[in-house]
Amino acid sequence: MDVLEALRDTFQIAKKDLTEFVRDRAQLISFIIMPIFMMVMMGYIFPSQNSLKNTPLGVINADKGTVAQNLVNSLKKMKLPDTDNKIFKIKTYGSVDQAKEGIKGQDINGAVVFPSDFSDKITKGEQTNVTLVTDQSNPQVSSLMTNMFTQVVGEMSSATGQKKVEALLTKLPVQKQAPGKAVLNINAKAIVKPFVLKTQGVVSGKPNYFQFMAPGIMGMVVIMAVMMGLAGSIAREKEMGTLDGILAAPIRRFSIIFGKTLSQTVRGLTQGVLVLSLAILLFGVKINGNPLLVVMMLILGIFSFVGLGILVSAAVSEQETAMIILMTLTFPMFFLSGTFFPIQQMPAFMQAISRILPMTYMVEALRKVVVLGATWPAIQTDVIVLFVFGLVTLIIAIPAFNRVITR
Amino acid sequence: MKNGAIIEVSGLTKKFKDFTAVDSISFDVKKGEIFGLLGPNGAGKSTTIRMLTTLTRPTGGEAKVCGYDIGSEAPKVRQHIGLVAEKIILYDRLTAIENLRLFGKLQHWTTEAIEKRADELLKLVSMDEWKDRLAGTYSTGMKQRVNIARALLNEPDVLFLDEPTLGLDPQTTRTIREFILDLKKRGITIVLTTHIMNEAEMLCDRVGIIDQGKIVALDTTDNLKKIISKEEGKVLELAVANLKNEMVEGIEKLEHVMSVSHLSATEIRIHAGHESIDEIVDVVRKHDGKILNIGAIEPTLEDVFLHLTGREMRDEASEKIKTPHSGPGSHFRAHSTSRTR
Repeated sequence: MDVLEALRDTFQIAKKDLTEFVRDRAQLISFIIMPIFMMVMMGYIFPSQNSLKNTPLGVINADKGTVAQNLVNSLKKMKLPDTDNKIFKIKTYGSVDQAKEGIKGQDINGAVVFPSDFSDKITKGEQTNVTLVTDQSNPQVSSLMTNMFTQVVGEMSSATGQKKVEALLTKLPVQKQAPGKAVLNINAKAIVKPFVLKTQGVVSGKPNYFQFMAPGIMGMVVIMAVMMGLAGSIAREKEMGTLDGILAAPIRRFSIIFGKTLSQTVRGLTQGVLVLSLAILLFGVKINGNPLLVVMMLILGIFSFVGLGILVSAAVSEQETAMIILMTLTFPMFFLSGTFFPIQQMPAFMQAISRILPMTYMVEALRKVVVLGATWPAIQTDVIVLFVFGLVTLIIAIPAFNRVITR
Repeated sequence: MKNGAIIEVSGLTKKFKDFTAVDSISFDVKKGEIFGLLGPNGAGKSTTIRMLTTLTRPTGGEAKVCGYDIGSEAPKVRQHIGLVAEKIILYDRLTAIENLRLFGKLQHWTTEAIEKRADELLKLVSMDEWKDRLAGTYSTGMKQRVNIARALLNEPDVLFLDEPTLGLDPQTTRTIREFILDLKKRGITIVLTTHIMNEAEMLCDRVGIIDQGKIVALDTTDNLKKIISKEEGKVLELAVANLKNEMVEGIEKLEHVMSVSHLSATEIRIHAGHESIDEIVDVVRKHDGKILNIGAIEPTLEDVFLHLTGREMRDEASEKIKTPHSGPGSHFRAHSTSRTR
């Protein structure tokens, strides 16, 4: 009976908070706009293959023969996979220096140089090279371009090699004795490239940065909503004086804090689902795991942070201070937890820090479920860590809150 | 509860680090009376109320409200009290009726009981026509009326009112005061704090004068005023057309004069022994003063406060504790001087 009463009080507080929230138009709008903004920003700004569309590329073709010209022509025609978009917009330069000036002026994002003896050497059977001049001020584009050229040049080079080998094969003595018949079962392609790399994922589809990031952003938005919402709402009621009204009512203190947590969880989850739907609809993110497991991980993530949120709101009495403290706390956490960049990229000491942040485990588990379709065994460590962290912080936070609130 | 005391306070103390807000105060409040705590801002009135309503834990002493200990039986205390705090306890984004429903639910009343009670109370404070409007659209006076209705929801035995007329216009102030007297007739014990002298005189059966965390006097208003006339003569008001500082200083130096305070550019108030009128007039004459008026007046609680603490009932102390919404001291000062006239 007592428990039931406490639960009813909790529900009343949550209902009140949500009614207030829904009636606050400014808050409601930013509540919807924020995740959309985050997703669109993250989704479009971070470079992908598609971001190289119509990239201005300088060409310095000093080649006296025709091979380089043929290569340039095929560069011009190259299209992004599954689209009609051309990859490069070719601009011709007379010298490397001119092309470098072009990069400095940001007229082009890079330049390829074909030496004057390019065709000559190929005909003679000697090795030659193509130089790519990169734009160091734009590491993302230049690294994408380098990758692409390694691939393009590699393919063109092996195609040329293949033709040469085929030509050679026809000149072999055995072949001369039986013209027109392939005596030796020799594949020119296999000589030039004895083996090739094939990639295979855990699930179908290509890895993409957005798929990597979407679970993290979802976790981040939810945690931010709950932490900020919780501390902000308690601090606001302290400031307004309305908290005294609830405190003077014959209800348990933890009904107050749980009621607030409940309303913030509803808000956070709504935002999380909003983010996920956007990711699916706008950016083609696919949930490979069980969607219920995703929601469960979000709830567990919230649970793990509630204690921290309560501690902060207990410690400060002003809304603004609460926000500043939480920003300082959460901002580095988002970066350290591998939300935006893989943890493996970080130096060792940062990796050590990230290992003690609950956010890391939440993002990791979400990513496993969303991207790799993981089930319980793969995420049980994450689940345990999150649960224990949440429990411990709550055990500290609730008595602290009770003490501070009647200071 | 012994001999009709609904609140028993003994040695109640609250320290904030090295600042003692309430310094070992003791008093009883009788069932059915209006008990006032009168003192300047920062004197410890609000802290006392917050301790008695279980919102702040005392650092020493004890108190019982409706027979329950404010520490160990806090939930019981909360069931029997209503609170109108310094700040209005209403959610701006809920309507009046929604606010009352919420607080009714938190009292664990049934929905029907809440609806009935809320309707009654909103009629009582003449806010039933506005009950479906958001509280944020109300004037301060309207808010305070709904706020009081909210505090009465659980049919409290004791209603605590912390500066209930602060910041209200004169008309609303009068309505609220009449309403408080009306509540007393209904048998509700009321504890109110105020820094306004005539509010205390008008409403309270007994007044505790509180200064710097201590109760310096506690009695009925009439008895408090007798302190002055019995011991120390009378209170005079003197109007001098060309009042000068030398005159005031001269009067202050007189043997039987206990205190002098300014009322306006030409008027002063003097608390002095019976035999001093002649001497005062002499001083004024000596400085070629032109006396417009002189007369003995009925002493007020202001004079009692001045007599007891040696200070005027202004709130130099208000800046001592900084609360986010206490605002600049000048505001309160202007307020109190205008009321003490």
